[in-house]
Order: sequence, then structure tokens, then C-alpha cells
Amino acid sequence: MDQPISLVLFSGTDDKLQSAAVMTAGAAAVGRPVHIFLQYWALDAFRRDRIARDHGLSPEAGPAGHAAVEALAAAGQEPWHATLRLAKELGEVEIQACSLSMDLLEISPDDLDPLVDGIEGVTSFWMAAAEGPVVFI
Amino acid sequence: MTLEAIAQRVDARGLSCPLPIVRTAIAIKPLASGALVEVLATDPGSTKDFVAWAKTTGNELVESTVEEGVYRFLLRRK
Repeated sequence: MDQPISLVLFSGTDDKLQSAAVMTAGAAAVGRPVHIFLQYWALDAFRRDRIARDHGLSPEAGPAGHAAVEALAAAGQEPWHATLRLAKELGEVEIQACSLSMDLLEISPDDLDPLVDGIEGVTSFWMAAAEGPVVFI
Repeated sequence: MTLEAIAQRVDARGLSCPLPIVRTAIAIKPLASGALVEVLATDPGSTKDFVAWAKTTGNELVESTVEEGVYRFLLRRK
């Protein structure tokens, strides 16, 4: 069996979350299991009442980057959360919230979008990652 | 060109990577083994992506052509 691909999502800006969603959907399409661990600002973006909001872009985007991302969205590019939903429909994609970040941001399980499957600690994350690659975004 | 009936068409024109592959993977899933799927895409990465996807998943890439910026893939379900 393929080792899972583990993604640690830390950043909560739309460009980085889009990047993560694209990596996840691509892996799901070729049958690789993906395990996502949501920390800090990425977890905050998965609150059910905030997930569809504008989460801004990374500082390196600059004005030209903002214009390019807006043009892609206007051309009908799906938002990252829609791509993640597709990825879950397609393959074995599990999304877990970091329990420390839940405490830090005072988030309760009911606050999270249904995309999130559960809450786990870092030990559980590393056990699931096993010998597979880990990517930090 | 093949004369066999196409069981499913996926219009992925205008969709960016990796949605052409993702839409195709979802569309091909419920089909019977041997069924043909035609995909149209405009994502410039799709030629390499469909080769890699077919190789990894065991589905067959029967045809891969490009005409006026539109890529057309014909796939046979595993």
C-alpha cells in the first residue's frame, strides 16, 4: 500500500490554502491517501462561518499577485474549499484539526466546517504519517 | 479515431489544474470496465498529467490530441 502524503497546513491565506487543495486533489486523483493536519491560521480558516470568506494572500503576492489571483477567480476557478470537497469525494482524504490550535483559538468542534473529520494531537499525526512524506504549507 | 461509443464526456475547458483530472477521475469511477471517456481541457499541464494519471491508475490513454489550444483525451476505463 502507498504511504500516505501528510500535509501540515499552518497558513490561513487563500493562496496557500489553494495550493494545499490542489496538491490534495492531485494526490487523491492518483489514489494516494492524504492526511491533513490543520494548525493555527489554517485551522481558523476552516471555521464553518468563515470558510467562504476572503482570507487574503501571503505578503509575497504583491499587487500583481493579487490581480492575477482575482483574475483566476473571476474566470471561474473554484475556491480551495470546493476543491477539497471534490478531493474528499474522489479519494481517501482525511482532515484533522490540531488540538493545541483548537485550544489556542478557542474553537469548539461545532465551530468547524464539516470538511474537518476530527481533532487529533501531534502524536496521532506522526503515527499516521508513518514513513510517508510530510509537507508544511 | 475510434468508432466505439463514448460512454461519458467531461468538458474541463477553462478549469485549472488539477480539476480536469479530478473531474475525470470522478466521472470514470461509476463506469463499466472498458468504457470510453472523452475529456476536453485547456489546462496546458494536462497532457503530462493525463499520461501520468493513466499510468498510475491503470486506465488506458487511448488518444491524446491538441487542436487550437484545446486538448482532447480519450480514456478507457480499467
